[in-house]
Amino acid sequence: MITINHYLVLASILFVIGIFGVFLNKKNIIIILMSIELMLLSVNINFVAFSSYLNDIMGQIFSLLILTVAAAEAAIGLAILVIYFRNKGSISVDDINEMKG
Amino acid sequence: MIVVSTLFYLFSFIMIASAFMVVLSRNPVHSVLFLILCFFNSAGIFLLLGAEFLAFILVIVYVGAVAVLFLFVVMMLDVEFKSISSTVISYLPIGMTIGFILLAELILVLFTWDRDSVKIIAYATENNEQISNTEMLGMVLYTDNILFFQLAGLILLASMIGAIVLTVNHRPSAKRQNISVQVDRDPKESIENIKVKPGSGI
Repeated sequence: MITINHYLVLASILFVIGIFGVFLNKKNIIIILMSIELMLLSVNINFVAFSSYLNDIMGQIFSLLILTVAAAEAAIGLAILVIYFRNKGSISVDDINEMKG
Repeated sequence: MIVVSTLFYLFSFIMIASAFMVVLSRNPVHSVLFLILCFFNSAGIFLLLGAEFLAFILVIVYVGAVAVLFLFVVMMLDVEFKSISSTVISYLPIGMTIGFILLAELILVLFTWDRDSVKIIAYATENNEQISNTEMLGMVLYTDNILFFQLAGLILLASMIGAIVLTVNHRPSAKRQNISVQVDRDPKESIENIKVKPGSGI
């Protein structure tokens, strides 16, 4: 019997994998963007699981909105990545320290 | 019921394994392909949850648009293939600490939350067997939640304009159409009548 807890555990494992990807990756910003996509996907799974559990359609509408934001974020992030690569010739995280942050 | 359980474990196992491969893969192209596998399996999870419209939107939008966009950028940029393992050692302790704290907190919340407290604040829509998921979503999205729909469109418009403004490449040498110059052209100065004598050139 699959309960909502199974889905929530799945979503939290996926979220933590995404966080791992952001933290451990120092070579490639594309992988970091993909990790953010994974985290947004896990949030979507959470929303849909609660929507199904509560018989409430609002969760799926929020999930749709998150999907839109994820697509917009991917487009903007990749555009920034492309112009950065055009200017600097590298997208390694170690090289991107213009702001000295 | 046993079919649902089997499918859930199958989808979630492949999903977690491919998510790991996204993060750990040496080649970014392989990462994108594993991301596509992950999206497909999460579409299966959504189907199990009864959200058919979102499952297909996930396949169409994520796999068809976002993952292909990633694939384009990965293949266009000349990225050196370096494994994550070369840098993983120095960042492993802090990453592990934060990851495990987060996972522990999430699972702790999961097993202690009071399920009944959620039901009070949620207003349930009628679970009608006659209406499909897509129809129900449309009925709610275009009426009560039209604001969300319009905001999603606005976000997409803003991101489209932003992406174009960021990546457009203005070369001064490129020839462009200048409409005001074209409109301002006067026949008096652009057309000239010349009397040419027979037998001679201009």
